[in-house]
Amino acid sequence: MRKGRLLIAVLLCAGLVISPSVWAASDTINIGFPIPLTGDNPDLGASSKNAAEMYLKKFPTVEVGAKTYKLNFIYEDNEFKAESAVKAVTKLITEEEVLAIVGPQASAQAVPAGEVANNYATPMISPWSTNPNATLNRPYVFRGCFLDPFQGPVAANFVTDELGAKKAAVLYDIASDYPKGLAEFFKQAFEKIHGPGSVVAFESFTTGDKDFSAQMANIVASGADVLFTPQYYSEVPLIVRAAQENGFTKPIMGSDSWGSGDLMGLCGDDCKGFYFSTHYAAAGAQGATKEFIDEYNAAYGKTPDDVAALTWDSLGIMIQAIRNTGGLSGDIKADRTKVKDALGAIKDYPGITGKMTFTPEGDPIKCAVVVKINEEGQFAFHKSVCP
Amino acid sequence: MSLNFFMQNLINALQWGSFYALIALGYSMVYSILMLFNFAHGDIFMVGAYIGLGVALLLLKIVGTGTAALVPGWLVLVATILISMFLTAFVGIIVERVAYRPLRDAPRASAAITGLMVGIILETSNILFLGGQRLAFPQLIQSQTYNIGGIFITNKKIMIVIVSIALMTALHQFVTRTRWGMAMRAMAYDFVVVPLVGVPLNTIAVMTFAIGSALAAAAGILFGLAYPVLDPYMGVSFGWKAFVAAILGGRGSIMGACIAGFMLGFIEIMTVPGIQILNRLFSLNIGSNLRDLIAYSIVLVILVFRPHGLFGEPYSAKLRL
Repeated sequence: MRKGRLLIAVLLCAGLVISPSVWAASDTINIGFPIPLTGDNPDLGASSKNAAEMYLKKFPTVEVGAKTYKLNFIYEDNEFKAESAVKAVTKLITEEEVLAIVGPQASAQAVPAGEVANNYATPMISPWSTNPNATLNRPYVFRGCFLDPFQGPVAANFVTDELGAKKAAVLYDIASDYPKGLAEFFKQAFEKIHGPGSVVAFESFTTGDKDFSAQMANIVASGADVLFTPQYYSEVPLIVRAAQENGFTKPIMGSDSWGSGDLMGLCGDDCKGFYFSTHYAAAGAQGATKEFIDEYNAAYGKTPDDVAALTWDSLGIMIQAIRNTGGLSGDIKADRTKVKDALGAIKDYPGITGKMTFTPEGDPIKCAVVVKINEEGQFAFHKSVCP
Repeated sequence: MSLNFFMQNLINALQWGSFYALIALGYSMVYSILMLFNFAHGDIFMVGAYIGLGVALLLLKIVGTGTAALVPGWLVLVATILISMFLTAFVGIIVERVAYRPLRDAPRASAAITGLMVGIILETSNILFLGGQRLAFPQLIQSQTYNIGGIFITNKKIMIVIVSIALMTALHQFVTRTRWGMAMRAMAYDFVVVPLVGVPLNTIAVMTFAIGSALAAAAGILFGLAYPVLDPYMGVSFGWKAFVAAILGGRGSIMGACIAGFMLGFIEIMTVPGIQILNRLFSLNIGSNLRDLIAYSIVLVILVFRPHGLFGEPYSAKLRL
């Protein structure tokens, strides 16, 4: 009996030594996906996995230096929980020996997981996390989407170039972090282009206000060419209505908060014809983006959401970084650092959600998509705008 | 401030004030007659708006929408207002029967917190039954914006102000011209002695709640037309402000509550251009979000100089609070 156990133990140890992952390490690149396959938000994991599987089918191998490597994707469930994300990332790095990590998606998991990846000096890119802390002071952690404040300059450029605005008005909720930050960034960027005082009305309100007529009267009287209002979908209908009723007939521009929730159900026809900036738009996409959407649609029978599109791009830029290293040594620790350096050095990576270049913090400088709410009430791609 | 700009704000203030006035009436009546702070009234306004939403959707389903409609939209609106006022009156009656009548002889503070609790119950039941997401109020009449010499006015604004004033006038007539109205006035005059001479206290209480709730329902529907996003907490801060208007108007004065309601709307709206002028004159940088801070400081000052409200009589002997 004791001998039997010993034999099994010896065999298991031998199995470890000659396990295929170690064997295959010479010609396989492992990439880990700590994504929520179960838990509160399994859709997030499904979209990520779909995009990754599609990528693998299309590009099963990658050429690094003169050698062709087989790609191997490992999906680890983070259950949409912070502690599971930490476990998943630790497992991917220490047991599966992945070269790089794509994920987790939501900030709640990406922030703690980034800590682990950075401590183990493993390059990680979170496609979807917008919380600044995910990448802050973590040289090994990157993200695939822009941060919230970034939309301010984007909107300022768009209204200047596309709508010909010289004077702008802003209406925002001063008691809410997201709109307040965005309003201030927009003001800075717009005044940088058009000079101080070009934001002719900077009107605020507090959360829960329903009547914006007085602010709107000020805005109309200020003679602004455009109104920027980075508010949530539940407030936008009231703001748009107040604009109509007070004779503001100029265009209105919003931010990605417009796209969340049931904007068109609440706003109906009133919101048609206005613009807002966001990560990605499926309707009216062109070029490589359309190709991606069509392929995804053919494979899974649905339109890819922003998570799928951003995962596709994050994975793509990671593979590009691996390719840019010019050759892997086989020493996983040294290779990880090489990949991290290559990732930070990528310039203008042509992603389907826009061109990407990383800042030293690991946040991308990328173009945002401006969508126009068309006559059918869809959020249609209008223009790609770069900061 | 140009005249146009002033007129534009004045029109906006009239609409905004209409809502305060209509809701303040409900507070004022209950407060005058039963010496009770019905803090649930703001939430009855919310319930009225949701009942209006349900009735409107039901009617639209029956008569059809767009070109296939059997009757024009304004008729649906009138029917919606009337049916919802009727239904919401029962909500008021139930609240009175369940929450206030058993506590009529309890300390005033108990009755006041009863109102707060009923309010929370109404809000959370709404979330329970409807899920708490924002709902869009159907636009029963087509919105038209008229430009009269640079002043923008919509058909809805005109309608809201006219309907509000008509309802207030009707209530005023009811209170001053009918026997029931006389009973209510008598009760407001002396809460203790009047029931002794045979005026039925419970009937008057029920009537007061029913009328106040019906007016709140009308306000809710008009509110839905003007601000078409309904949420379960829409009545909270709105209710507080209308309560301020009710007290500012003075106890026992229907016209006082109306005028105070309009005044409150006027102060709130006019504070925003006022801030702008201050900013320009003294090159300050005050945001228009300070509207409520400034507006209610003004109200506080008014109340310091007229502690019984604008039209209230000083009373002392029968003070039950």
